[in-house]
Formats: sequence, C-alpha cells, structure tokens
Amino acid sequence: MGLTNSSTGIRAVDSGLEIRRQTPEDRVVALAGNPNVGKSTVFNGLTGLNQHTGNWPGKTVASAQGFCATRRHSYVMVDIPGTYSLMAHSAEEEVARNFICFGEPDAVVVVCDATCLERNLNLVLQTMEISSRVLVCVNLLDEAKRKGIQIDLEALSERLGVPVVGAVARKKQSLGHLMSELDRLIDEKTETHPLRVRYLRPIEDAIGIMEPLLRERFGERINPRWLSLRLLDAEPSLMEELKIHLGRDPLDDPEISAAVLRARDALAVEGITGANIKDKIVSCLVLTAEDLCLDTVTCKRNGYNTFDRRIDRILTSRWAGYPIMLLLLALVFWLTITGANIPSRLLADLLFRFQDTLTGLFLRLGAPDWLHGMLVLGAYRVLAWVVSVMLPPMAIFFPLFTLLEDSGYLPRIAYNLDKPFKKCSACGKQALTMCMGFGCNAAGIVGCRIIDSPRERLIAMITNNFVPCNGRFPMLIAMISIFFAGAAGGAFASLLSALMLTGFILLGIFATFAVSKLLSVTVLKGVPSSFTLELPPYRRPQIGRVIVRSIFDRTLFVLGRAAAVAAPAGLLLWLLANMTVGGQSLLAHCAGFLDPFARLLGLDGVILTAFLLGLPANEIVLPIIIMSYLSQGSILELESLTELYELLSANGWTWVTAVSVMLFSLMHWPCSTTLITIRRETGSLKWAAVSFLIPTLTGFLLCFLFANTARLLF
Amino acid sequence: MNTNRSLRDMAPGQTATIRALLSTGSIRRRLLDIGLVENTEVECVGRSPCGDPSAFLIRGAVIAIRSEDCGSILICS
Repeated sequence: MGLTNSSTGIRAVDSGLEIRRQTPEDRVVALAGNPNVGKSTVFNGLTGLNQHTGNWPGKTVASAQGFCATRRHSYVMVDIPGTYSLMAHSAEEEVARNFICFGEPDAVVVVCDATCLERNLNLVLQTMEISSRVLVCVNLLDEAKRKGIQIDLEALSERLGVPVVGAVARKKQSLGHLMSELDRLIDEKTETHPLRVRYLRPIEDAIGIMEPLLRERFGERINPRWLSLRLLDAEPSLMEELKIHLGRDPLDDPEISAAVLRARDALAVEGITGANIKDKIVSCLVLTAEDLCLDTVTCKRNGYNTFDRRIDRILTSRWAGYPIMLLLLALVFWLTITGANIPSRLLADLLFRFQDTLTGLFLRLGAPDWLHGMLVLGAYRVLAWVVSVMLPPMAIFFPLFTLLEDSGYLPRIAYNLDKPFKKCSACGKQALTMCMGFGCNAAGIVGCRIIDSPRERLIAMITNNFVPCNGRFPMLIAMISIFFAGAAGGAFASLLSALMLTGFILLGIFATFAVSKLLSVTVLKGVPSSFTLELPPYRRPQIGRVIVRSIFDRTLFVLGRAAAVAAPAGLLLWLLANMTVGGQSLLAHCAGFLDPFARLLGLDGVILTAFLLGLPANEIVLPIIIMSYLSQGSILELESLTELYELLSANGWTWVTAVSVMLFSLMHWPCSTTLITIRRETGSLKWAAVSFLIPTLTGFLLCFLFANTARLLF
Repeated sequence: MNTNRSLRDMAPGQTATIRALLSTGSIRRRLLDIGLVENTEVECVGRSPCGDPSAFLIRGAVIAIRSEDCGSILICS
C-alpha cells in the first residue's frame, strides 16, 4: 500500500468488507490476483482513482473501492490484496480470501501476470471453484512479449471455460475489452463452464460422499464441491468465517458431520490424512495449471531474463550490494537537499512578503491587535514556515522514492537485508515496511501486514518509528544545513548535508536492529519464522506518471495534512505565548517547567514543549520552536536560514543542541496518527503504549549520553 | 550420489528437480502455493550479499528462500 489520502492515518485501517454502492443497481466486482501483477494499475485504469502502484509484492494490504461505468452497467470495483491462493496464510491474504469466498461479488476478475501465467492459474482455478462468474485478465502482455512469451488467449479461454482477455494495464485503452467482456459476463451473454479440477480418485470419492448433502442443505448459497473440500482440510480460520457466513457451524448438523467423518475414513484407507490432504489438493491444482500452460503458452526463454539477472548480479552482489544501497540512499538525499535549497528560499521570500501584505491589510481595516496576532503572526506564519520548509524537499524526495519503488528495487533491499533481520529474529520484509515509513510511519505500520508472523509483525510496528518520516526530514535537513553544512559552502555543503543525513538514517536503522533484537530476546521472544520473498522483474518506471502521481498523491496530500495541523497549532501557540498568568506567558510556564529535564537531554524547555505540542504532526515541531523564541521577543522577523541561525544561537543553541534535537527527532514518540494506527492494527492499547515508550526511552537515553559526553569533552 | 541433497546445496546457476517437501506448517503451504510441488524444476539464480537467503527461479518467478527452509526442500539433480 502506498501513501495516499485513503491509505494514511485513520482511514488506512480497512473497515472490513463494507461495500459502498452508489445505486442499488451497482454490480460488485472483485479484482483478485497474485501479488504484484498490476491489479492496482488495472483498478486505477478502470476507476480513474489513484490507488498507489509500485513494483513490489504486498503493496495493497487493504481493499480499495472505486466506481466505473460502461454503457450497460455501473460497477463497484474492489481492489483486494494480492494472494497466491485462497488458502490464506497472512492477515492481508485473509482479507482477499474472505472477500472472494463470502463477499458475494457479482463477478471476480482475476488479474494474471503473463510472464508467469502458470503460477497465476493456481489462483484462477481456486476462484473458479467458488464462483462461475470469473473473468481472467492476462496483464503485462507487453512484458511477456519482450521476454519471448506468447499466450494463446483463445485456447486458454476454451480450456478454462471462462472469458479471458489480454491487457497492458499501463495503457488504459487496452482495458476497454475487459469492460465489454465484463458486461457480457454480467448480462449472462457469455456462457461459462468453469474447468473443474480433477483431484485424485480418493478425494473425488470423498467429495462424492459430501457434495449431495451439502447441496441440499445450502443450495446456491455456497458451492457444495468447494465446501466439501474445505470441510475435509478444515482450516481453522476458514471454518470460523464459514460459521459467520452461513450463520451456523455446518458441523453442528449431525448428518453433515457424519458425512465428513465417513469421507475422512474413506480417505484414510487410501493413505490420505488431515496432514497431507492439502498437499494433494494443491498438487492437483498446480499440475492442472501446468497442463493448461503446456497447451497455451509458448516461450523461448524462461521468465527471469538475462537483463534482470545481470542487474541482480550487481545490485545483490557480495561486494557491491550494500555499498550500492548506501550510495542510492545518499544520492536521494543529496538530490533532495540540493534541489530543495533554492525553491525553499524563494517560497519563504514569497510567503513572508505576503505576510507583510496581510499585516498591512489588517492595519487598514483597523483590526484589533489580538486578531492580527492570532491569525497572521500565529496561524499564517506557522503555515508559511511549514510550506516553505516542507514542500520543496517533499516534491523532490517523493518522486525519487517512487522511481525506486516502480523499478522493483525495494524487494532487493529486503533480500539484501534479510540476514541481518534474521539475526535479530525478525523478518526481511521489515525492510519494506521501513521504506514505507520514510513516507509516513502510519502507512508503514499498515504495511506491516505483509509480514506473516504476528511476532515479527509486532516488532516491525514497534520499531517503524526509528525511520524518520517526511514530517521529520525537513527538520533534520534544516539542522544540518544551519549548524554543519553552512560553513562548508557551495556544492560541498549539500554533499556534506547528504552524508550527515545518511549517517543519521543509518543510526535509525541501527536502532531498529538493536531494538528488534532486544524485543525478540525479551517481551517478544521467538525464533525467526520461515520466509519467502518474491523478487519481481525490473520494470522501467513511467517517469511522467511517477512525477504526477507522487506530487499530487503524496506531496500535496501530506502537505495538506501538515497545513491542516499547522494553522490551528500556530493559533494555539500564539495564544499560549500571549496569555499570561502571573506575569509570564503560558508557554514560558510550560517551557520553564520542562526546562531542567530537557537540559539533561541537551535540549531546552521550549524544544521539549515543541515536541510535545507536535504530537499530532511532526512537521510543526520546528515552526513551534521558532515561534516560541520569536514570541519571547529576541528577533521579530525571520526570512532566511542565516537569520534562523542567529535566532537559535541567541537562545543558547550550539552544535550540541542541534545534534540532540536531531537525535530526539529521530527517536521520540510516534505522532498521534501512527499511535492510533498501531492501536487499531494490533487491537491492543498495550502495544500502542509500548510503541510510544520504546522510541521515547531510546531517545532519552541517547540524548542524555550524547549531551553529557559532549559537555564533558568540549 | 547423496540422496539428501536439498535446495541449500545448490549453487547459483545450478538447476534441479524437487524430490520432496519436508517443511511443515505455514511455510509448507506457502511453498506449495508458489508451485513448489514434486517434480518441479528449480534453478538457483543468486544469493544475498550475506550468503542467505538464496533466490530461486520457480515456475517463472524469482523467489527468495532462507537457508533453514531450503534445507527441508529435497532435490534430485
């Protein structure tokens, strides 16, 4: 799942399977498919929505819905998480399975990857066991063609007994055919005769014992053949869902449970037991898929072509793997810092000039001082700061990151880092959730659903905050440019900044490993669980779309959220700074109270207050600090970083303070959105509290050690 | 010929055929789902910089598997 309006924050947690129809006639269509086959691209192409896409498995972890209409019907399309089979393993796969099995969609479109059709057919076959209204969309035909793979779609459709359409989802027009076939399917103009997988004779016999009875009991509500198979292998989580869906436990019916027992006995005679029945079922599915492909797919080379091999040999090589990761990280930061410098200054100039205009306007209208103070000096000024400091770096960072995401590099990071994570008894996929954390920690938390083991998922959630989100980047960058890189000057300055920032990120990553290890030997004891990770083919990112998507989808959204918090926070802050009790402002009281403790950490009361007030969004911490100092009256205007340096020094800041602030920014409580997301995802207040405490205590400890060592040494 | 050869014994570039799957629990189902049944051909295509996990080409897709899990996937070559 990417970082979009609907995927971040509170709304990130899917609210089950509630379908929102616009009219009662709307048909519900599920988009299913293996992970990373371009389901989200198909979904976007059809609905015009911008569900975030990227080249890595597990990006969609919650279902998304959108509308699309043809001349005949209007549809609610449901983009469900990618899944290899309907015998679910992880939380996200359960979402997919439950929707196909029990969501009663009017049709299911199974999106397949043409470059590895055989494995995709496994899911198609399983879906066809549940529903006969299945449409197969073979996507990525262009990629397949490049790899010398040819698919006879007509023959495939003939064999499967359901309509099959080809598509290149990145090219929108290729989806027209899909929609017309969907119309025909819904109108029942296409007759479907879904291919029935023939299982081993003993299994077929066992099905024969149960199927007539189940058909009699449940009629058309549920496919009796499918239900027979499921009752035989008795997957616990599916049994629970069945109970809910059918309104009763089918095994409570004595006749059914007797039939199940008889069927199991018959199987046992043939050597098929509860332990191996699933293997036998899956083998039959896989072999059927293999057989289908023999007749319909011709390929000159296998899927993993020489080009991918060559790139992988470099990017995951023993010697170059890690250095390249580091270089890429530093390069992204360098481009961000260098590129953001000038636009940031221009924006600040523009916005603060407008502040003067506003002030002029208020004066001319004869507005009272407090109103001007609250709205202009409070709300507007903080807003202006947030926009000018945040917008340029984000507008550069997000497209760069999206490029990496689209290319398929992210899973390689997880691949490279799996061993260290395993050493910490965690999962390599945690690296993917950390990458998402760079965008937004709340999105990273939701992304943790791609991790199968609950223990490892918790570790990933608790440590996600050690990766600074975009709300904290600008603060880190500002600190570095003001206190460290400024002296270097020129191009060297931004290089130095990028290197320092990379260093800080590495520190965060190191903390992630250390805390993961600590957790897995204490409260979350356990051994690393098994793990498979798909390395998708490299794809050339669509640069134009990357830029548009990441700016509109991510940058403006995140900025909007920051602004929504910044303006009221500025207002509140102005009030705090200007309402006096006993001759001192409330802010000064608060800062004064926290000051002794903050000093221990190398901070001061104002900074700690700012971090506390910044709980709703980290973006506003720096503006709050600046506002507080300004309201204490040392400098009244602030238009550039040099002046900021003067302001901060005048308030007693040294490089030690700057580093402490950066450390604390990297390691303190997660923002409220993230905390609420953790609470929702874990279903427990306890783990949200742990996620609050662990980074906070780590930060306290580190700041304390750093500040006091520095004081002793310098 | 060693009869207990597993995916762990494969070096990048080698191909083999799956003989038996000894894994249990959720990883077993996961491996079956990605098509790793008996007689499937696999090719080891790479190894992570730390030596673990390794990447295998399985039915057209590249899948990384940890060495512990590789140990219980028996092959004949």
